[in-house]
Amino acid sequence: MERRWTLYDPRLAWMLVAPVLLLLIFFLVLPIAVMAAYTFFTFVTAGVETSALTTANWHEFLTDSYYHGFLLKTLRVGAMTALLCGVLGYFPAYFIWATTFKHKWLLLLLLIVPFWISFTIRTFSWINILGEQGVINVALLKLGIINEPLPMLYNEGAVILGLLHFLLPYMILNVYVSLEGIDRTLISAARSMGCTSAQAFREVTLPLSLPGLAAGLLLCFVLAAGSYVTPQLLGSGRDALFGNLIYDTIMGELNWPMGATLSIVLFVVLGFFAAIYTRYMGMSQIVKGLAG
Amino acid sequence: MPDSHDLSEVPRPAAAGVARAGVGGSAAGGGETSRPAVEFRDIDIAYGKFVAVRDFSLSIRKGSFVTLLGPSGCGKTTILRSIAGLVDISGGQIMIDGRRVDDVPIYKRNIGLVFQSYALFPHKNVFDNVAFGLKYRNVPKPEIARKVGQALEMVRLPGSEKKLPSQLSGGQQQRIALARAIVFEPQVLLLDEPLSALDANMREEMRVEIKKIQKETGITAIFVTHDQEEALSMSDRIVVMNAGAVEQIGTPQEVYETPATAFVADFLGKANMLAGTVSKSDGATAVVLAAGQTVNVVCPRPLAPGSKVTIVVRPQKLSVGAAVSANRLSGRVVSASYLGGSAIYEIDVGGKTSIRANAPISGRVLREGEAIDLGFDPEGCVLLDEDGQRIS
Repeated sequence: MERRWTLYDPRLAWMLVAPVLLLLIFFLVLPIAVMAAYTFFTFVTAGVETSALTTANWHEFLTDSYYHGFLLKTLRVGAMTALLCGVLGYFPAYFIWATTFKHKWLLLLLLIVPFWISFTIRTFSWINILGEQGVINVALLKLGIINEPLPMLYNEGAVILGLLHFLLPYMILNVYVSLEGIDRTLISAARSMGCTSAQAFREVTLPLSLPGLAAGLLLCFVLAAGSYVTPQLLGSGRDALFGNLIYDTIMGELNWPMGATLSIVLFVVLGFFAAIYTRYMGMSQIVKGLAG
Repeated sequence: MPDSHDLSEVPRPAAAGVARAGVGGSAAGGGETSRPAVEFRDIDIAYGKFVAVRDFSLSIRKGSFVTLLGPSGCGKTTILRSIAGLVDISGGQIMIDGRRVDDVPIYKRNIGLVFQSYALFPHKNVFDNVAFGLKYRNVPKPEIARKVGQALEMVRLPGSEKKLPSQLSGGQQQRIALARAIVFEPQVLLLDEPLSALDANMREEMRVEIKKIQKETGITAIFVTHDQEEALSMSDRIVVMNAGAVEQIGTPQEVYETPATAFVADFLGKANMLAGTVSKSDGATAVVLAAGQTVNVVCPRPLAPGSKVTIVVRPQKLSVGAAVSANRLSGRVVSASYLGGSAIYEIDVGGKTSIRANAPISGRVLREGEAIDLGFDPEGCVLLDEDGQRIS
């Protein structure tokens, strides 16, 4: 007998999820699988590889400290960027949350405005600010404070600055959303029981906004460690991150099997950090507490 | 202004029966003369141009249970929050135990606060929630543990120290909130509609519980609600508020039986309001023409013939059928609801006036459309003047 359709029919649920599921399978899972397969292909010469299976690529990655150095540096830059984002992003988020300004939406809109301009162009803009002919150097030279331009561009600092510029809105929005979820009577309650504003912040606001901060840190870390454009434009050759290494291997050396190996490495390492982080940072525990 | 802005402490009559303000006051003669626990002097509170509370004065005796009752937006919660320091007053003075607190920051005021939304810290377990106020009063650790244990015992949730608020039911959460508010022995306990988030059964249980704990601890409590039943059953005194001003202050019996204004009469228990015209009056009674019929009512002072008055009669003070002894009006049953011991009749009198009577059943319940007699004692009503103020 034909079963009648109901509103919460599992068949309907599958049909609604199907488009996304197919997209994910064909454009995410399958490509990754193909890349994973590529890591076992044999590199012959630039642009040529055969499907003869080999572990040479993995052997090279695991034994060559050149790659390890890049990987560690990428993780370090990612972590530093994420921490700076956390420290610098918490305050604006707190301010937007706490302000009694009537047009809060305007402040939130300001956070999103940078996204209207291409990320690459935004990154380029730093060259006009930090470069030898950039605003800062020209101004300082004209004022006679310095005699020759300060080398502010093409170093790790410039890369981190560019990443901060790119990632801060993500951090601020994450923290803001978790602050917005806090019941403000909790703060009144803490104050009525003897807390000063600062103590109420430490006891209530900060711990309850940690899930947002933690999510923001993870997001910024993963995006920074996976970045490619920013170090390419604002860093020197020495400041390249793992993403640039992959680019060079694939586009420069035309060594696709090694490029695929490095890609899978970055994918697995960042995925591993994300998994460990969500599992052990107690985020799920805090989220559970908030559900009440 | 209503004439009932009586600031003197009026103890609740100990014995049953209607006690007028003066009688109760003298009976208590030489009783407690210590200063009030909380005193408001001409409080004004404004948000920008909107005046939420104007000219509010009240003094609350130590250990008493006072309810601020009124519809939403009447300013009752604003007043409560002003004691806590969560709202700034724009004029007047607030004293707690004789000490002016307008400029004392909230965390130094020593008040216990229970919120409608419980406001338990979701990331702290029950112990840390209840211990919170003690921790900020530098109470030594063993003492904290003992007091928290006692408080949990008092709200009948011993052994729940390790639980997170999300693992408790609404009623349990509110008990913990109550324990948290009283554990550091504050000078005043403020309860902001603590029962309205609970379901009906739990609400009644908590009502009894809160009252019991308040009595046991002897703490001064200020309770805010829009529920007249809560107010009547729990309070020593009720402050009825409307649109930012006090309508009446009195014991539950006083505000229910002798409402000072039309608003109080209507808000507490939906009294019948009969518009009428005085035809004859001396210093004790008045004859009033209402709903096309003549009735006699008690009247404390002579009224000019022709003046407009409103007769306020509670549905319970009306008798129907054979039981009518005075002020007989005849009407027709519009609807009848059988309640077991009594019946509620909606009665149409003279085609224009609708009266609600809640009368014990003698014989059978009358049906829709049947003729019915109703009446009330001359003493069983209150007279309001044209402005809706009680004539006294």
